[in-house]
Amino acid sequence: MNETIIEKNITEEEQNTDFEIRSLDTICINTSHFETKWYDYIKYMIIGILFGIVLVKGQVISWFRIQEMFRLQSFYMYGVIGTAVVVGMISVFFIKKFNIKTVRGEVIDFVKKKFNKGQIYGGLLFGFGWALTGACPGPVFAQIGTGAVAVIVVLISAIAGTWVYGALRNKLPH
Amino acid sequence: MIELIKQPWPWYVTGLLIGLIVPLLLVLGNKRFGISSTLRHVCAAFIPGNIEFFKYDWKKELWNLFFVAGIVIGGFIATQYLSAPQPINVNPVLVQELNKHGINDYSNIVPKQLFSFNSLFTLRGFILMVVGGFLVGFGTRYAGGCTSGHSIMGLSTLQLSSLIATISFMIGGFIMTNLLMNYILAL
Repeated sequence: MNETIIEKNITEEEQNTDFEIRSLDTICINTSHFETKWYDYIKYMIIGILFGIVLVKGQVISWFRIQEMFRLQSFYMYGVIGTAVVVGMISVFFIKKFNIKTVRGEVIDFVKKKFNKGQIYGGLLFGFGWALTGACPGPVFAQIGTGAVAVIVVLISAIAGTWVYGALRNKLPH
Repeated sequence: MIELIKQPWPWYVTGLLIGLIVPLLLVLGNKRFGISSTLRHVCAAFIPGNIEFFKYDWKKELWNLFFVAGIVIGGFIATQYLSAPQPINVNPVLVQELNKHGINDYSNIVPKQLFSFNSLFTLRGFILMVVGGFLVGFGTRYAGGCTSGHSIMGLSTLQLSSLIATISFMIGGFIMTNLLMNYILAL
């Protein structure tokens, strides 16, 4: 039964516009089978800690690095993002090819997302914000961790921006 | 070894480790790498305000909030225990240009002269922190993802829309940095 549902949905394009929220996808039928207690999430916190360390040690969270990137004054950020994408692509290729399951034996699903104009308009607006703050959302959290307490203002403002988007969503072109 | 870790890491090490987060999250629990959606979960959890966009079971995405809490802790550990105190090495052309605007402190990874509570109450600081932050939150959700969700996870799964989004991020960044930033820094 579950198999056929997955088959059906993979051929359709996903309606959920959010690339990051799997539980909102129509395909998503097997979320949180195993993860019900708070301590089930500790493993994600550990990965987050490692990611935070990498972001700081790679200086990816530096406002200066982002300025250099957009002024084409340094190869560094292009090297980082390029390598990360290639490693991610190769990993996904192997997961698909060998039908690798999660550690608990669940099927790993990939969903094709639909194009909408929001990816252009929203993308440009985010690009402005990225250049101004020198941080995309991940680095914002890492910057706060480094002791730059004032960046909490950036975070609160980003939450406000997300909220305003949610409120205006139906009036915006997509 | 620890001395080596304390130096800034080369791009290929940083890129490799960031890229490996993609399979790690997938294999551990079928999770998609993406961070900006946590901002949406915070709205859904605390200020849903009867808005359709925030009416969903955010608890199903609780893992993501644990993930970003980890990033904060990781940032702390890296700064306190894994860093040698040394200024950030920046392209001399940029140094010269920023110098014109009185920015010459490279001791912190987040430039204190721009991102601090003192700076917040200047027009320049307000635009960088408050307007910038707002655009990050608004733009990522409008686009459906950020650098991690689109540029890394989306491109890894060969999504055309993620490529379009990534190109848009870059164009936005180029416009802001090369056409507008000088005026903002001069404020």
